[in-house]
Amino acid sequence: MLDRKLLFVTGKGGVGKTSVASAIGVLAAARGRKTLVCEVDAKGNLADFYGVGPLDFAGTEVRKNLHAMAMDTEESLKEYLSLQLRVPLLSRVGPLARTFDFVANAAPGVKEILTVGKLTYEVRERNYDLVVVDASATGHVVGELGSPVAIKELVSVGVVRSQTDWMIDILTDPAQTGVVVVTVPEEMPVSETLELLDRLEDETDIDVASVVVNRVLPELFGRGEEAIFERLNSESGRVALREAAGDGSGDVLDGAELAVGLRRSSVGHLTRLREGVPGNVPLVYLPFLFHRSHGVRATSRIAEALGEELG
Amino acid sequence: MAPSKAAAGGSATQTLEQLCAAKEVVVSTGSGGVGKTTTAAAIGAAAATHLGVKVLVLTVDPARRLANALGLERFGNVETRVPDEAFVSAGLNPQGELWVAMLDTKQSWDDLIAQHAPDRETHDAIIANPLYQNITGKFIQSHDYVAMERLYEIHNSGRYDLIVVDTPPTRNAIDFLEAPERMADFFSSRLLRWLITPYRSRVLNFASKPFYSVADRILGSQFLEDIAEFFMLFQTMYDGFVERAEAVTSLLSGPQTTFVVVSTLEVAPAREAEFFLELLEERRYHVGALVLNKVLPGFLLHGSGRDAARQMKDSAKDLAGPLAEELGDPAVDPAHLAHVLGEMGGSFLDYQVVARREAEQRNELSASPELTLTVPWLDDDIHSLGGLLELGERIWR
Repeated sequence: MLDRKLLFVTGKGGVGKTSVASAIGVLAAARGRKTLVCEVDAKGNLADFYGVGPLDFAGTEVRKNLHAMAMDTEESLKEYLSLQLRVPLLSRVGPLARTFDFVANAAPGVKEILTVGKLTYEVRERNYDLVVVDASATGHVVGELGSPVAIKELVSVGVVRSQTDWMIDILTDPAQTGVVVVTVPEEMPVSETLELLDRLEDETDIDVASVVVNRVLPELFGRGEEAIFERLNSESGRVALREAAGDGSGDVLDGAELAVGLRRSSVGHLTRLREGVPGNVPLVYLPFLFHRSHGVRATSRIAEALGEELG
Repeated sequence: MAPSKAAAGGSATQTLEQLCAAKEVVVSTGSGGVGKTTTAAAIGAAAATHLGVKVLVLTVDPARRLANALGLERFGNVETRVPDEAFVSAGLNPQGELWVAMLDTKQSWDDLIAQHAPDRETHDAIIANPLYQNITGKFIQSHDYVAMERLYEIHNSGRYDLIVVDTPPTRNAIDFLEAPERMADFFSSRLLRWLITPYRSRVLNFASKPFYSVADRILGSQFLEDIAEFFMLFQTMYDGFVERAEAVTSLLSGPQTTFVVVSTLEVAPAREAEFFLELLEERRYHVGALVLNKVLPGFLLHGSGRDAARQMKDSAKDLAGPLAEELGDPAVDPAHLAHVLGEMGGSFLDYQVVARREAEQRNELSASPELTLTVPWLDDDIHSLGGLLELGERIWR
């Protein structure tokens, strides 16, 4: 996964897409690759994961080898115009950009291609060794990734059309580009992940780098130990444990019951995921982190866990 | 109906039951993955059970098993009734009717065009336009708009006493609120006219020429012409769309509508919920309730539990010997017992960290509306009417 040049990190809302994307950035940078992490959604919380102020289009160096930016399609258009068309005066670009913002809202694929165009451009120019995209959620990402093809079909001539070819080349080269699908062992996220894998296969030529299963709950007991827990959890067991460990031991038993139940319900979803994901797509597991805080420390811990998994 | 607590304490709504009895539209909102759809369905099921009214749950994209439980499998855009027998087998007797429908964006757009197109010819030309195909299939914001539009249409038909609508998973929580406004702006835009005029008149004036020459170079004139044709066709529906967009906006902000904000106590969703609560208040939308999902139980915060857990974790071996004897026959291996105790203690302390973080997050939700409902972290996802009804009962009164 880390050997590629462009990674689109996607997943259903709430699965920890941004934390995984930011952790991939930290890990890659720590391994000496000059990395850019780009946030595409307007939510703007990637900055929290690095403990920095608001991100912008120009990018911020958040630590050694690691840069972070927030996508802005209007800025992307301005950059594109000045690079591709050598339109010299920003004053001319201003109203044009506004018009385009309007067209972009109305014409399909324009916003998406300005996003994808900027990201593939950074790859083509070798400005970074790795570009990690905190991409749109599962429902939208196929449209985003397919935008160069869609534009190519809609636009018959012109500069834009000629630009789509190299973008498509980069996007469809599995040595360069991959999609990372983040999920959690719950029903809806697993279903959406399997659906997304099908759609990526059917509707695009883009490779899936891996499926990251986030927040995997630990298994409390080994073989035969569950029977011991059940005896502790019986009426007489509870009395004996209270005598040994105090009044709070009832809460601890209830807590263990909760933990066992949550873990058990997740196992079915994990199995369904494993059976549904094609054999050539690696599965990466990240543990549920019982940590106090979010932000930089949490990001580092996820990066550590990811590093151990990837070896 | 239960005696109103609000009558004694003031005008504020104290229960979901009162809220649903007083309103015609309940909009369920929140960021992705927090249980918006399930909450909307549970509220609808509880309202049908208790209020004796005809309720519609309009959902966007439910989990397959939830869709099956609601009988949505084959019906989609068409409203369908959940049979009373389904309630009865779940142990409840509905006083009203529960209907459900799932939003089909493409179909809804087609219906909308059929309704607003001035004539058959324009209608067919729009439906056949490649840009239209793209917009209805892929254009992200079209989802937001059409969901609100369909809500309006159903509300206006008077077919239901109460409509509970699940909002689409937007990039940004306010997108769908602004969708009708944006649609109106779009048609009123001077830029739109500017873009269309030359293709209409075939005469480029001096002022717009540089714009077109650059636009031509970038996009090619064929594409520009496609866009212009599409917009021209769309313009024929201007009046209808703008009127509708305004009507949708006033339905959402009117006294008959309330918003229920759904969240978990994780940092990102909670922050978005808070942001959204503030925004709704600012714009004077009615915020009826905050539903907090997947909340860990309060016993995890007990100090006595922490003490016992520490002891089990730190002195597992010391405890295991005597305890194994206490447990009697069949004999328990003290080493295994020690491991079980250690794991239990460690796990409790772990979960306590998360429970504390949640409690903290909850305190930070300062903008919470008066009615805040809590749903525990359930062992399993809800995917039956029975499960929905159980959840509904939990938060109803």
